Amino acid sequence: MDRREFIKKVLNGTIAGSLILVMPLPGQGIEPPEQIPGIRGNEYDIHGQNFAFIVDITRCIGCGSCCVADKREYNVPDGNYRTWVERYVKGFSDQIYVDCPNGGLEGYQKPRTDIEEDIRDTFFVPKLCNMCRESPCSQVCPVGATFISPDGFVLVDQKRCVGCAYCIQACPYSSRFLNPVTRVVEKCNWCYHRIRKGLLPACVNVCPTGARKFGSLKDKNSEVYKILKGPGVLTVLKKEMGTWPALYYIGARREVV
Amino acid sequence: MDAIHGGAAMLVANYVFPNDLHVHWSMMIVLYPYITGLVDGAFIIAALYYLFDVKSLEPVARFSLLFALAFLSCATLPLLLHLGRPERNFNMLLTPNPSSAMAGFGYIYAVSMGVLGFIVLLVYRKVLVRLATETSGKMKLVYRLLIFDSFDLSEKALALDHKIIKFMVALGIPVAVVLHGYVGFIFGGVKANPTWSTPLMPVMFLFSACVSGISGIIIAYILIRKFQKRTIAHDCIQTCIKLLTLFFILAFAFEMLEVFSHSYLKSGYHHMVEGLLNGPLAASFWLWQVKICSLIPIVLLSIMILFRIRESIYHFFAALVSSILLLQVLIMRWNVVIGGQLMSKSARGYTEFHPEWFDKEGILAVIIVMSIPFVILYVLGKVLPFWTEDAGE
Repeated sequence: MDRREFIKKVLNGTIAGSLILVMPLPGQGIEPPEQIPGIRGNEYDIHGQNFAFIVDITRCIGCGSCCVADKREYNVPDGNYRTWVERYVKGFSDQIYVDCPNGGLEGYQKPRTDIEEDIRDTFFVPKLCNMCRESPCSQVCPVGATFISPDGFVLVDQKRCVGCAYCIQACPYSSRFLNPVTRVVEKCNWCYHRIRKGLLPACVNVCPTGARKFGSLKDKNSEVYKILKGPGVLTVLKKEMGTWPALYYIGARREVV
Repeated sequence: MDAIHGGAAMLVANYVFPNDLHVHWSMMIVLYPYITGLVDGAFIIAALYYLFDVKSLEPVARFSLLFALAFLSCATLPLLLHLGRPERNFNMLLTPNPSSAMAGFGYIYAVSMGVLGFIVLLVYRKVLVRLATETSGKMKLVYRLLIFDSFDLSEKALALDHKIIKFMVALGIPVAVVLHGYVGFIFGGVKANPTWSTPLMPVMFLFSACVSGISGIIIAYILIRKFQKRTIAHDCIQTCIKLLTLFFILAFAFEMLEVFSHSYLKSGYHHMVEGLLNGPLAASFWLWQVKICSLIPIVLLSIMILFRIRESIYHFFAALVSSILLLQVLIMRWNVVIGGQLMSKSARGYTEFHPEWFDKEGILAVIIVMSIPFVILYVLGKVLPFWTEDAGE
């Protein structure tokens, strides 16, 4: 092989190799299947949306998958929680024992051994932002960094937040924290970025038992529509606070706060 | 644990929401209402002299204005140290959210500072005119600006000054009340926190503000005069002590009314509030705020008001009771701000707070922030004399 031929081959190889990088290969560019019908391919009518999030306590097994998915989705710093899962144990004396080690991130793999009385009931309660319609956090934010979007989401503009933490004090559900890295407030936003792409929130996506349900109430075939239209009892947390949460619970005992 | 959970079945879990373990509003937010309180109380003294003609307060009237100005200049420091992103603080002024109580801070603060600054300039106009005449160069320009370039010291001009001072002080009273009452409302307006959420909060903050400010003036006046080996105006101290007694009785009565209401009404989260006061706050509330720093001053103030005491002993008692009450108000702020956050919104448990030394909101930062007003006061005192007898008027 003379020098001329060698250079030719090297150039050909380089061009062919570059093509692999720019030409689509099978499997590339395929979007994940649409999980919330009616969003993709349509213009997003921000004023005409109505979403609902329902947590079915009777289905939660306390595996912690939702917490792991959430932590990975947002790179949540250790010791802070956008979502968490509490374990409730109720004794026959009506005593309530609640714990939530590390926000339930590792799942509840072992039963509590420190309870001496007979146990009457035990259940897990996933917690996240309640997306209050009368949200105290957006009311108190001095700079309007926390706001309610026209499609009903309570969101935080991290570029505006001054980190005063007044919203943290005002949230009755303790859904908020000050991110030690960005020094601004952070909270669950029901994965707004995923919803706008027709995808379910990360925690709903990974829940193995369907304890976390999300959907559009405009879609009459959605599970949340059927539940809300049905006769089942739905409750909200801390109703007396007058915050009108958009997060509903199925099977929440009165001890759940 | 027994003390915390005594008789309250709901509390057995001692469960704190994971995001509630950290106390977000710490010592800087204790200092902020403390500083504005000192400003308010000091301003009340000045207002009583300039607006209501309480002649006996004349010796401390000017000093109170400078004291208030020195502290008000530093009121934003703790807030800036507290903010996660202090560089964005002007967002509050530029794009305020009208539904937020906190959004009004910048404006209320600016108005307070403007009113107080203007009053000080008018009260000290004679001194400033003299300085403007005696100095030259750049400093002369500064002094000319401070006297609004008016060298007129005629009787007519001074009478007008006096009128304007009266008007500005009258304006300053509602401004001062709003400044501090509003700080109380920032806490009182948080419905998620049962220890804060009460309409009494602004009232308690206002009265305790008067207590701390008057105490601050009494102790500063006595100490500075002693240090300068000058006489102490007994009449003035007596009036201050009478005022202090009135405001302290009101402040203490409202503080106790708040606790009594929770305990008697047994509404909502009363078990949590009781558990808080008898548990994590047992020492700082019952022992320090109530027993040591409230009951002892009440006894001392009663003795001072009811019995005739030798002047020197009276002044010693006045300094002592003022120091205790300054501590009382600081502890009260601590118990409200930090104590209120120890209670988790789970209504099932309490978190802990351990102050750090070298944090930006730590103990060292607190000492530095509290020292700065005294440095400012010292510098102000070099130009603007504290006492009328030094003003050459």
